[in-house]
Amino acid sequence: MSKKISHLDWLESEAIHIMREVAGQCSNPVLLFSGGKDSLCLLRIAEKAFRPGRFPFPLMHIDTGHNYREVINFRDHKTEELGERLIVASVEESMAKGTVVLKSKNEPRNKYQSITLLEAIEEHEFDCCIGGARRDEEKARAKERIMSFRDEFGQWDPKNQRPELWNLYNAKVHKGENIRAFPISNWTEMDVWQYIEREKLELPSIYFAHNRDIVKRSGAIVPITEVTPPMPGEKIENLTVRFRTVGDITCTAPVLSEADTVEKIIMETASTVITERGETRLDDQVSDASMEQRKKEGYF
Amino acid sequence: MNDTNKNNTVLRFMTCGSVDDGKSTLIGRLLFDTKTILTDTLSHIEKTSKKRGMSALDLSLITDGLQAEREQGITIDVAYRYFSTGTRKYIIADAPGHEQYTRNMVTAASTAQLAIILIDGRKGMLTQTKRHSYIAKLLGIKHIVVAVNKMDLIDYDEKKYQEICDAYRSFASAIELNQPEVSISFIPMSALNGDMIVERGNSMEWYKGPALLDILETLDTLENLNQSSLRLPIQYVCRPRESENKELHDFRAFMGRIESGLLRINDKIRVLPSNHESSISEIRIGDKLLNEATFEQSVTVSLHDEIDISRGDMIIHQNDDLSAIKSFNATICWLSETDLTPNRTYLIMHTSRTSKAKIANIHHKININTIEKEDALNLKTNDIANISFKLAQPLIVDNYANHKGTGAFIIVDETTFHTVGAGMINSID
Repeated sequence: MSKKISHLDWLESEAIHIMREVAGQCSNPVLLFSGGKDSLCLLRIAEKAFRPGRFPFPLMHIDTGHNYREVINFRDHKTEELGERLIVASVEESMAKGTVVLKSKNEPRNKYQSITLLEAIEEHEFDCCIGGARRDEEKARAKERIMSFRDEFGQWDPKNQRPELWNLYNAKVHKGENIRAFPISNWTEMDVWQYIEREKLELPSIYFAHNRDIVKRSGAIVPITEVTPPMPGEKIENLTVRFRTVGDITCTAPVLSEADTVEKIIMETASTVITERGETRLDDQVSDASMEQRKKEGYF
Repeated sequence: MNDTNKNNTVLRFMTCGSVDDGKSTLIGRLLFDTKTILTDTLSHIEKTSKKRGMSALDLSLITDGLQAEREQGITIDVAYRYFSTGTRKYIIADAPGHEQYTRNMVTAASTAQLAIILIDGRKGMLTQTKRHSYIAKLLGIKHIVVAVNKMDLIDYDEKKYQEICDAYRSFASAIELNQPEVSISFIPMSALNGDMIVERGNSMEWYKGPALLDILETLDTLENLNQSSLRLPIQYVCRPRESENKELHDFRAFMGRIESGLLRINDKIRVLPSNHESSISEIRIGDKLLNEATFEQSVTVSLHDEIDISRGDMIIHQNDDLSAIKSFNATICWLSETDLTPNRTYLIMHTSRTSKAKIANIHHKININTIEKEDALNLKTNDIANISFKLAQPLIVDNYANHKGTGAFIIVDETTFHTVGAGMINSID
């Protein structure tokens, strides 16, 4: 009689299975890698799925040009260590081409990533993008498929998704259409941190407690950088903070924390009272349906 | 969020019922009482509750769906929710009760180990209760929890509760749901007040059985599947030939997820459909070498002999008498808005193998409200039917009742590539 495997082993095993299905069914997949914790879990899963072979896909970063230096350096270091190919698709190049038009100079660029992503999909003819989105992140994600179908415009149509049963995934597409595959759909933030701890995954330093210049603005902690200067009358403080998510500088806020190890972060995550996005993603607070809207427009 | 245990096991369950039965409130209650709901979500729910003129917190708003759904006042799809205790990580498949009920129920049931069937205590058994129970049986769910909800609205009346339980028991024997391998439990509850979900409450001292969470926490999840037969469908073959490492030049490994059984080092194996034989030289997950691996583990295996294996092949034990077949009988659920066209060719995706298929015969449809057989010439969305298929390529199949992983398949439209049906194999024709 076999015994039941632990939840981390189960989640890992499911994710490996999904990645191998992508490799088996798709002719030209790509793995979206941001340097963030979720995509670092994806890389470890890809190692377990395909080593000692090479990954059957390149990595791709959609760079908004507004990233923390630490994260970009880490991204490059990690890619080199793995010996895999990295494609950087740049929102600033889309701006130069005129396909991305900002409303104001320091506007958050997160939503424009969709345009750059779709351009890169078209240029490289990718038929599947593997991403680190999780269903517990946001309610528009709770109904997302593990293999999510997108039309030629990258649009997610919640009414026109393929039913997904058992562990049978249908990744078949016509030219121009693509699949977004989410191997860690069933993971929670806690699962991710526990996996990072178990696998001893290295992370960009800004995930851990450090000192940073910030201002407090309508309840959020806003880091002071070149693209996010203080507003008139705001008082700059230097506090000990860490990031729970890392994304575009202009819309990712840190939290007050003394947690400087993965173990301490797990303890903090266990006792936290605010959701990951609620606390740190300035862009999701705008409206009840902002993630749903972005996904329909081709966002991850 | 307050669970830091690294060795939880996973339990997947589904909730069957409509909003009127208090399904959303039940899920909201489970998440709220296990402290999964965090402050910002809660304050959002408070605001919305007030906006809608409610005095208390409306926990059903926790599962409030998409804008598109709110606009149309319907639930489109299965939603997945998560919570954890010190013992288990739970994945809830929340299937809507009304629209597209069969399609969504079948989808949710396909991965569930347990089904909670909600009954409104005021209304008792309804047609939908029968429908939900039939689908749970069809999809081979081994644990059924009949939750008689809204006890607060029937004065926590034990007699009324017992009457509903008795009615359910006779229905369960009528559809042969009460098999030795299926456990059926009954709980009286009030999701609104939180009685018998996580906490027991003070209103039903007469009920001595476990509360819902106790059942979930102590359930023996090792299903009575035929776990002894090894089924390892190969998804991917690793040949790092171009690698700079010369030692790896001849390396070849076969990758897949064990769908059933136990695989050990040196096990004598056979590969289907080629029938080549060999034995296992190495089992690994990543760089960790294992002596054995089991059901649900994704592994990389190497063999003592050089034999040709590709994606879609299956590794089984040498003494197993399984073989590849080119026709079978199955119960299918039609999922597409477009009718089934009996003389068209479809694709069947089964484990990691795909074959073209033709329909040899539609034997009958099943009316899931009456559980009676009806004649059928074609099939519409949500129809359940018994069909014989002819295959272009051989598939390596088991009966669904014995092996879910190798007994299940999906039907894909050759032209649109949409998933149009789901099937469970009954027998080899």
